[in-house]
Order: sequence, then structure tokens, then C-alpha cells
Amino acid sequence: MLLSLEAATVRFGGRAVLDAIGLAVAEHEVVCVLGPSGSGKSTLLRAVAGLQRLDSGRVLLDGRDQSGVPAHKRGVGLMFQDHQLFPQRDVGANVAFGPRMRGVARGERDAEVGKLLELVGLPGAARRAVASLSGGEQQRVALARALAPRPRLLMLDEPLGQLDRSLRERLVVELRELFGRLGTTVLAVTHDQGEAFALADRVVVMRDGRIAQSGTPIEVWQRPADAFVARFLGFENVVSATVAGTAADSPWGKLPVPDGSAQGSRTVLVRPAGVRLVAPDQGLPCTVTARTFKGTHVAVRLQPADGPRLEAACALRDAPEPGASVGVEFDVAETVVLD
Amino acid sequence: MTGTRRGNAARLGLMVLPVAFFALFFAWPVAAIVTRGLKTDGAWRFGRIADVLAQPDIRHVLWFTTWQALASTALTLLLALPAAHVFARLDFPGKQLLRAVVTVPFVLPTVVAGSAFLALVGHNGLLDDVWGVRLDTTVWAILLAHVFFNYAVVVRTVGGLWAQLDPRQEEAARMLGASPLQAWRKVTLPALGPAVAAAALMVFLFTFTSFGVVQILGGPTFSTLEVEIYRQTSEMLDLSTAAVLTLVQFAAVGAILVVHARTVRRRETALRLVDPKLTARRPRGAGQWALLAGVLVTVALLLVLPLAVLVRRSLDAPDFGYYRALADADGGTFLVAPLHAVWTSLEYAVAATAIAVLIGGLAAAALARRDAGRLVRGFDALLMLPLGVSAVTVGFGFLIALDKPPLDLRQSWILVPLAQALVGAPFVVRTMLPVLRAVDVRLREAAAVLGAAPWRVWREVDLPLVRRALLVAAGFAFAVSLGEFGATVFIARPDNPTLPVAVARLLSRPGDLNYGQAMALSTILMVVCAAALILLERLRTDRTGEF
Repeated sequence: MLLSLEAATVRFGGRAVLDAIGLAVAEHEVVCVLGPSGSGKSTLLRAVAGLQRLDSGRVLLDGRDQSGVPAHKRGVGLMFQDHQLFPQRDVGANVAFGPRMRGVARGERDAEVGKLLELVGLPGAARRAVASLSGGEQQRVALARALAPRPRLLMLDEPLGQLDRSLRERLVVELRELFGRLGTTVLAVTHDQGEAFALADRVVVMRDGRIAQSGTPIEVWQRPADAFVARFLGFENVVSATVAGTAADSPWGKLPVPDGSAQGSRTVLVRPAGVRLVAPDQGLPCTVTARTFKGTHVAVRLQPADGPRLEAACALRDAPEPGASVGVEFDVAETVVLD
Repeated sequence: MTGTRRGNAARLGLMVLPVAFFALFFAWPVAAIVTRGLKTDGAWRFGRIADVLAQPDIRHVLWFTTWQALASTALTLLLALPAAHVFARLDFPGKQLLRAVVTVPFVLPTVVAGSAFLALVGHNGLLDDVWGVRLDTTVWAILLAHVFFNYAVVVRTVGGLWAQLDPRQEEAARMLGASPLQAWRKVTLPALGPAVAAAALMVFLFTFTSFGVVQILGGPTFSTLEVEIYRQTSEMLDLSTAAVLTLVQFAAVGAILVVHARTVRRRETALRLVDPKLTARRPRGAGQWALLAGVLVTVALLLVLPLAVLVRRSLDAPDFGYYRALADADGGTFLVAPLHAVWTSLEYAVAATAIAVLIGGLAAAALARRDAGRLVRGFDALLMLPLGVSAVTVGFGFLIALDKPPLDLRQSWILVPLAQALVGAPFVVRTMLPVLRAVDVRLREAAAVLGAAPWRVWREVDLPLVRRALLVAAGFAFAVSLGEFGATVFIARPDNPTLPVAVARLLSRPGDLNYGQAMALSTILMVVCAAALILLERLRTDRTGEF
């Protein structure tokens, strides 16, 4: 393993921000840590970089314990949340900073800077002032600067956090392609699930300093480990239910669940696509309270006569008006028993 | 644990030189003076303290020192707060120039201010010529001179913050139903409170320890603690009384600094600040124009007029006679031509600036570290002590403490710059510290992650960002060193006086020629200080320091 954390713990005034975290990142792997703000994601990166001391546990790089190794000798790269470009240096000098600290000769440095700026899509920008860059350009320069010393591990803190949506979507694709081409090992943190799923080979969901779930994007999306992960991923149809065989007894009535689901008292998730609207006299009777246009579909909010609210995804032309009465049936293929 | 330990080691390394400097050249001389005054035949005589404090004339000095400082502070606030508002909230042509004009008096040597007011309100002064009014034997001359000096402290400290307060906060209060006055009272005033308190305490500190101004304008009637210490030391040769008075002043200054440190810390917290360029607007309505006019008249009468009169008096003799007399050694007052003092002063000031920047810069770097603990913060307040502790005591302390090997400096030229650097270093710290603290710690982390070792981080990240502040700090230290009087008057050699010492000596002699030469020499000193200041104003950024 290139990077391993063993029971890494950081406390801020008695509160464990990292609570005995165990995590391993293999060479060439792109791992994305996903979690709400305050879940300890940034502290995790700072601990690996050597900017944050561990209260207990270990960080190992290439199997070597890093305790006592200061940040500037760890050979990892970190791209900060708001880039932290050096304001008094131009773009080229920012990118050349790392190689310069390693004593790379000037000519070699300049060639390297030119190559990297080309790589991140800013050819010929070396003499530009940092203050003249747009947010997206700053992000690219920060990336080039982090890559320049050829770190064995590149860490990204909310890499696309402050950019507007369309730019973010484009850059995610570019980054993914770039990391694949360079074979870079990446550990990124973000609160944006779309970003994490698009970027990562493996997603690690964090909650209150602990790891709530780890898996490929598809695994996590299809089978959230618990109600927290499900809700964090944006799923709202999560209820407690008693599972017996292939049916679950819930506040919404009987829900069909897949064969082989865990039995007993459980949490059940129905993805919005699995909430089918039918005629008012069939299934669970509901009133439409709101509908939100989502581009590819319409999210319809439903209030059952009894039980918590539901969200359904339906096609544009099928969406009922607010106030309408509908019936609801559940699709077993979109229903998951959690825990 | 290693990270913390390494941090401590680095901090201690930075602190070694400043601590040694202040221990050797401040604490030791002061302690030596106090010991000599209060110890006879190896026994402490603390009874002297009560004895001295029981003397009616000493009580009179204490009372006068306190009430004149209070009155000066109140008068300064009264006259300068409107100016703080004008500088913060109004935009008008010539604002930059006016800001420089207002600041000039603060960096002027006390001796120059004293002579300027003497030329305005003294015997044969402007008021005497026009209306036959003389104020130089009244307390008014002292109070006005104190306002002259400290006007800039209030305008800069309060106005600087005021300009950065978001006017939208007041607008938000207005939208919630507050009248303009209510909005000001409930939103702006509480935010300004700590800055006003900090400025008032600074003014009180400077006026409580006033020496040059009172020495020149107070005559035989008025005497502050500092003047009395000088009198007891150099004229009455009563060291024990001087020692007691030094201790009293030390206690008072310590108390003021503790309160000041608290208010400053309060000021640093929890204010939403914006770019000052965005908050000032053109004056609108009769009220704002009247306010602006009032401030301009105050500045003209109180700050510009005395200096103009000073220059005018220096030109009274035909053909720059007073200036030409400065080049002659046979005036009899000195062993050398008074003009020689200009070069002496400049040489001393350059050396003092170098020392102050080194010591103050190291101290600021140590204090700026995020992990600075309680002990270090305490040192922060201690660094301000030389500003308030009797300079006369320090000067005399140098003479009696630094005369034995291995530190026999009495014959060395470095003695004067060392004493001046003591007063300059606190200004360097005050100027550098806010800028160093404002350097985003993550910029340093970014450099570290890119492979920069700690000292390299300081060179590559901090230094380029604080270079301007460093220059401003050096300029302040230079101006302060140039004008230092209380300590220098003791230790400057008779054949090598500095400018302020030469001015004071000329003023103490009778005759028009001496008086005129004093005015001419003061004018030269003023021009040098003003030139230094104007250079500073060009370098100054909004975040640069508290002064």
C-alpha cells in the first residue's frame, strides 16, 4: 500500500475529529473521501501531509512510519481548498516553487513548468500574475504546482469547490483523464457526491471522524451502508421497517424487498425511481405537495395520509399538479434493506 | 509531540536575542538605578518610598502629572475624533496629503514641538506680537502641545478601524427600524469602543510620561514625573528620590499597558472588516461640509500654524543668518558647530534603526506564531514598557550600569544608538506584528508541502509579504531615534550632541542668536523627520500596524 492510516486519531479539545481511522490507498488508485462539512475530511489530509499532528495511531507512506517526518520531507502534494497560490509570484514561479525547493536546475525547471502548464490547459501562462487569473485558471495553476515536484501521493482538498457548476463538470472529466494518463495516486476530499463519484475509483464516506462506508461509486450508490449514508447521498425515502421474507412492514404499508434481504428490524430505502405513481384508488393514497424540475426528470413530493413524506421521480409529461391525489406503488428493484 | 517541541525550540531561538537585549540594556540599567537609590550599605530602604511620597512638592508633581495627562487625553479625543470620522467616511481631494500632515507631529521630536509652541505662544511669540498674549507659563501651552503630538494617534487608531467597518451594518440596523443616530450608537459606537479606548490609553501613556514638551514649556512651575526624575537626578543629585519616582512611574505605566493589551485584544476579535476604499463618500449636505471645514481649521491652527511659526522664526535674521550661524563653532555653546549635530544624529539614528529592526523583527516573528502561548503574549506587553518607563532613568542607568567590564560601553559611540533602539523596537514590533499575523498560515503550509524547510518558508513566503511593513517599521524607528531626547540627553557626549540635545541646549541659553539657532536647528530636524514620514506614507498599506 502506498498510504496506510492505522487507527489515526486527532482530537481538538477533547472532541475526536479523526476517530481511529483506518484507510489504505494503493498505488495508482484514486480515492475520494466524501462527507458533510465538519466530518474530519480536511483534517485527514492535513494529518497525511504532516501539517496536523496525530494524537495516536500512525500514518505510513510506502510502509514507512511518518511520525516525526516534517511536512516538507514527506514528498506528498496537497492542493488547498482555496488554492493558496503565492500572491507575490507569477504563475510560472508558483509552479516552479516545488522543484526549486528540491534544487532542480533553472533550465530543467522552466521546461517542466512549460510542460505542466500545457498539461493543465494553460500553455504560455507562465508570466501572468496570479491576481489576473479566473477561479478555474487558479485551480489549474494550483494543480500544476502540486504536480510539479512529482509527489508520490497527490491530495486534493475540495478541488472544485468554489467553481461554477458547468466548469466543475468539465474539470472533473479532465482531472479523471489526467490522473489516468499520469498514473497518479490521488486522495481527494469533497462534500459533493457528484464530484466524488465522477472522480474516484473508490469512495470513502466519513461521518463524525469515522468511516461510514467504503466502496466503488456504484457499490456505495446502490447499497448505502446505513441511513446516514443514504440521506447524505440525497435519498429521502428512508424508513424503519420490519422485514419478514420478501416483504417489509413500514409506515407506508407493505414494501416488497429483494430476495435474501436481512430480516427483522431494519432501515429500508426506496429510491425515487422506485416510487411509481398510479391511479388514486390503487396502492398508498397520497397528496402531491410540490414538484421540482430536475432537468432529466421531475421530483414529486408526496404526503401519504399516514407516515413520512415520499419523493418520486417521474417523467416530465407524467408529473401531476400540486394538490392532486394519486396512488403509490413500490418497485422491488429500487428498494434496498440497509444495515 | 515532536511538532510542538520543535515549535517551541524555534520560538525560543527567535526570542533569545530580543530577551537578551531588553534584559541587558533595559532591565539591568533600570534595576541598577533603583538599587542605587534604595540601597545603602547593603540594606534596602523601602521606607524611602513612603518618605518621598509624603513630600508635598512630590505629591504636587504626581497630581499635576495625572491631571494634565487626563486633560490632554480628553482634549485630544475631543478634537481628533471628528477628524477620525472625516478620514474614515469622507472622500475629498487632498486627503492623502492631509493624512501625512496630520501624522508629521507624531514623529517630530518633542523638542521641536516644544520650540514650535514656544515660537507661537511664548515670549515674543506670534500671539505675544499680535495680541500681547503669552501662554508659555500656563498649562494651556502644555495641553495644546500634547494635542499637537497625539492628534495622529487618535486619527490613525480610531479612523483606521472606522474606515474598515462595513457601512452596511448600519444600513441593516436602519432597515430594522433604527434612526441614523440610533444605528450609529448601537452598531458603530460599540465596534469603535475598544479602538477609542486603546487610542486614549496610548495618548494617556505618552502624556503621562511627557518630558521634552514639559521641560521646554513648563518653566519652573509645571513638572511631570519624568521632568522631576530628571531634575532630581541631574540637578539635585538625589538618586533615592529619583528611584522612588521611577518605581511610581513604572507601576503606573505597567498598569496602563495591561489595560491597553486587553483592549487591543478585544479590538482584534469578531469585527467584520471591509476595504477602507469602499466606505468613504463625497461629503453631502451642510452638516458634513461643516464637519470637514471644522477639521481643516483645527488642523491648520493646531498642527500647521506652530510649525509655520517655527520656520518663520528661524528666518528672522537676514540672509539665513541663524542657519549660517549653525555652521560656526565659536558660538560658545558647543565645542563643535551645531550643524555637526545633524550628521551625528543621522549616524546614530541609522545604527539605532538597524538594531531596532533586528530586535523588533525577531520579537515580532516569535510573537506572530499561532501557537504563541501565554508567556510569549506576556512578553508582547513587556516590549511596550520602554515606551513608558522613564527614558531619563534608562539614560542615567546606562551610565552607571554599563561602565564595568565586560560591558564597559561608557566611552563607546554605540551607547546612544542602543538607548534609542530601545524606544524604536516597540514601534517595529507594533508595525510588524499585525502584518505577520495576517499572513495566511495556509500559504506557509502550501510552501512546506512543496518541500520548503521552515527557514525557507519564512524567506520565500513571509519576507516578500512583509517587506513593506519592514520598511515602514524601519522608518518609524528612524524617526523615533532621531527625536529621542530623554535618554540621549544623559549619554550623548558634550562634543557630540544629537539634534534634539543641541536644540534644548541652545534654548537654555539667553540671547536672540541662540534662540534663532534653536529654531533653525528645529526646522532642519522637522524637515528630516517629515521627509522620512512622506517616504513612509508612500509605502504604507492599510494593514500596516497600529500607528
